[in-house]
Amino acid sequence: MLAVVGLLTFGLLSKGSSGIAVGEVAPAAPLPQLEGGGTGSLADYRGRWVLVNFWASWCVPCREEAPALEQFQKRHGNAGFTVLGIDSRDLSGDGRAFVRRYGLTYPQLRDGDGATAHDFGTTGVPENYLIDPDGKVRLLVRGPVNEEYLDGEVAPLLPGGGQS
Amino acid sequence: MRPRPALAAWLGVAAALLAIGPLGARAATPQPQTSLSEISAEVMCPVCGTLLELAESPQALREKAFVSRLVAEGRSKDQIKDALVAEYGTEVLALPQGSGFDLSAYLVPIIAFVIAVIALAIGVLRWRRAGDPPGGDGPARPRGPNAADSERLDADLARYDL
Repeated sequence: MLAVVGLLTFGLLSKGSSGIAVGEVAPAAPLPQLEGGGTGSLADYRGRWVLVNFWASWCVPCREEAPALEQFQKRHGNAGFTVLGIDSRDLSGDGRAFVRRYGLTYPQLRDGDGATAHDFGTTGVPENYLIDPDGKVRLLVRGPVNEEYLDGEVAPLLPGGGQS
Repeated sequence: MRPRPALAAWLGVAAALLAIGPLGARAATPQPQTSLSEISAEVMCPVCGTLLELAESPQALREKAFVSRLVAEGRSKDQIKDALVAEYGTEVLALPQGSGFDLSAYLVPIIAFVIAVIALAIGVLRWRRAGDPPGGDGPARPRGPNAADSERLDADLARYDL
């Protein structure tokens, strides 16, 4: 009986996740690079602003926001800011094809089992988190972003008001 | 007119190639060792949280296409499951693995069954012993009427004069 209760408790504790909120430090576990070998982590970008974008190739809203993210990266990506894509619960081949199809130039990590998405507390894809140079969440968008949001809400927070 | 020897040799080679051709093509085509339905009954759609065979989401359709491609390549069930684990992690497996913590999923029911059988056997033994006469080895036997009972029975029979 005790064993059954213990197993149920373990299951509930391991499944439960409230995720992170604005002001909290974002998880920075290492993940494999989507293309090429090696790993990467949000910790690699400490000292820079990072827009973390959780996406998957099968997700229609992700396709719609990808061009806006790429344009934003081209205009604002520099030593003080980058977009960081995290391909979550997706086939790696499909993810790489997605990157090529939309010509995405910002760095991409792979979260095949969704563990990092779980640590962030995502409820689906896409989701976007603006992380400040201290690694804390400054903005959180559960859903796709567009140029209007990026220019109006994200750019003003970047170094020099996003003027690169 | 009889064909020249060289021409006859070339015709023979061409005929042999034509005969071997289909066999070679068959040998190059991998034979499926499993099926999509067999695999999809044992793996999960990680996004849906259900068995792949029950899922119809966009992610599930991609996963089914991935499995179908590997089946067509002649991969075995274990190889395909390994490929899925490499893509999605161990949570893609619907059946617990036979090692680590997952092993408890198989051991706990067996241990619980053994404990239940032992408890039942102990209970039956105690119940049988409780019915035994004190100090006796065998089971309790029905006892006949004692002398008082016999006298009362005789008196009753005499009273009713049957």
